[in-house]
Amino acid sequence: MTRDEIRAIVLRTLGEIAPEADLSTLAPDVSFRDQLDVDSMDLLNFVIALHAVLHVDIPEADYPKLATLDGCLDYLTGVGVR
Amino acid sequence: MPILTADMSAGTLVEWRKKPGDALERGDIIALVETDKGLIDIEVFTPGVLEKIVVQPGATVPTGAVLAIIRDEAPTGAPPAPAAAPPLAPSPVAPALPPVAPAPPGRLKVSPLARKLAAELGVDPATVRGTGVGGAIRREDIEQAAARAAAPAQKPRAALDRQARLRQAIGAAMARSKREIPHYYLATTIDMHRAMTWLAEENLKRPVTDRVLYGALLIKAVALALKEVPELNSVWRGSEPVRSEAVHVGVAISLRGGGLVAPALHDTATQSLGDLMRRFRDLVQRARTGGLRSSELSDPTITLTSLGEQGVESVFGVIFPPQVAIVGFGKIVERPWVMPGGQLVARPVVTATLSADHRVSDGHRGGLFLAAVDRLLQEPQRL
Repeated sequence: MTRDEIRAIVLRTLGEIAPEADLSTLAPDVSFRDQLDVDSMDLLNFVIALHAVLHVDIPEADYPKLATLDGCLDYLTGVGVR
Repeated sequence: MPILTADMSAGTLVEWRKKPGDALERGDIIALVETDKGLIDIEVFTPGVLEKIVVQPGATVPTGAVLAIIRDEAPTGAPPAPAAAPPLAPSPVAPALPPVAPAPPGRLKVSPLARKLAAELGVDPATVRGTGVGGAIRREDIEQAAARAAAPAQKPRAALDRQARLRQAIGAAMARSKREIPHYYLATTIDMHRAMTWLAEENLKRPVTDRVLYGALLIKAVALALKEVPELNSVWRGSEPVRSEAVHVGVAISLRGGGLVAPALHDTATQSLGDLMRRFRDLVQRARTGGLRSSELSDPTITLTSLGEQGVESVFGVIFPPQVAIVGFGKIVERPWVMPGGQLVARPVVTATLSADHRVSDGHRGGLFLAAVDRLLQEPQRL
């Protein structure tokens, strides 16, 4: 799966968690928490949704790596999602 | 129209989920109501048969108004009970509106086109209110029902209007609380090293879908601590505080766009941590997207608020009437901590607070409660 394909999935998942957010203006290097006012429950739902779509099991210790859009894409491409 | 929260004075009937003639069991969802807290599923508090719908969709009526008549199935000759009887003191009843003329049960009038469309869209025609001649269900009725089902969070009124009313409702309830309840406030600092270490290890064993958030530990610890200081698990009924046998912790949940709601996690103390987490996750989701049940709003016996994720180190809550206490948790921070042997170490700690009603308890009992929460969090495996 290409980085752009993963990006589309990540953004769609974020849109379901924060439907009021304008994701077209999402800064890739600023944390979701600061931009979207997400909390730990949102983050858990995000991880569960990524697990369902990408079949990737993200350990809790790796959650900080998912804090930004760039971080997410680096992590998910790094673990080789298909 | 049930009183779901202390700050609720009226509600708008959005749609009926049952029709006259339907058998009802306790806990069935009978109607969808819009309140300042959002769209709420109204549950039936008494079994029977829906005899008559009194309030039509779209009507806004005050709390205490009769929405429908439920006939008791038992042949006792007792008069029919009002549907969704208010769990708190009722307000004056509004004049009844003309009842809808429904189709007889089992003989729904549905046009062939509407029936075909209903099958395509996954809509049960029995749940749709027909607007055609004699209550016949038309294609437009099916389309509207499908649209409502697809967008549960859609607000019948403008979002800004809802926000203004939500702020007004919260303000009214909090002003009443500060005016009538003599609050006292306590705080303690809790070492979270054991709890967080145990939780990290526990989550390693769990599939991603069953992982437990730290908030669930706090909820369970509060629920169990109430068993030791049960007067904090009370609600005012008229002029008397009444202790609740069951512990229904209300969890303060921030809503997107502002405001908050604090629905109950029923029977919090008796749930396993895994079950509690699943229900907590479901509750937060429904609080933010629509679908809270009326009992979840009316049943909390104490409230827990946590603002740690916003970086706040301590929060002293305002008690939600008719409850008598609210527990607060701040952010987990690393602080110097003196161990029993005198060694100074860095430990993750959290500030736990209690705001409680001095008419029901005093600082001594409140202190015992916070000490119990602390003790329980030192043995997370037992939660």
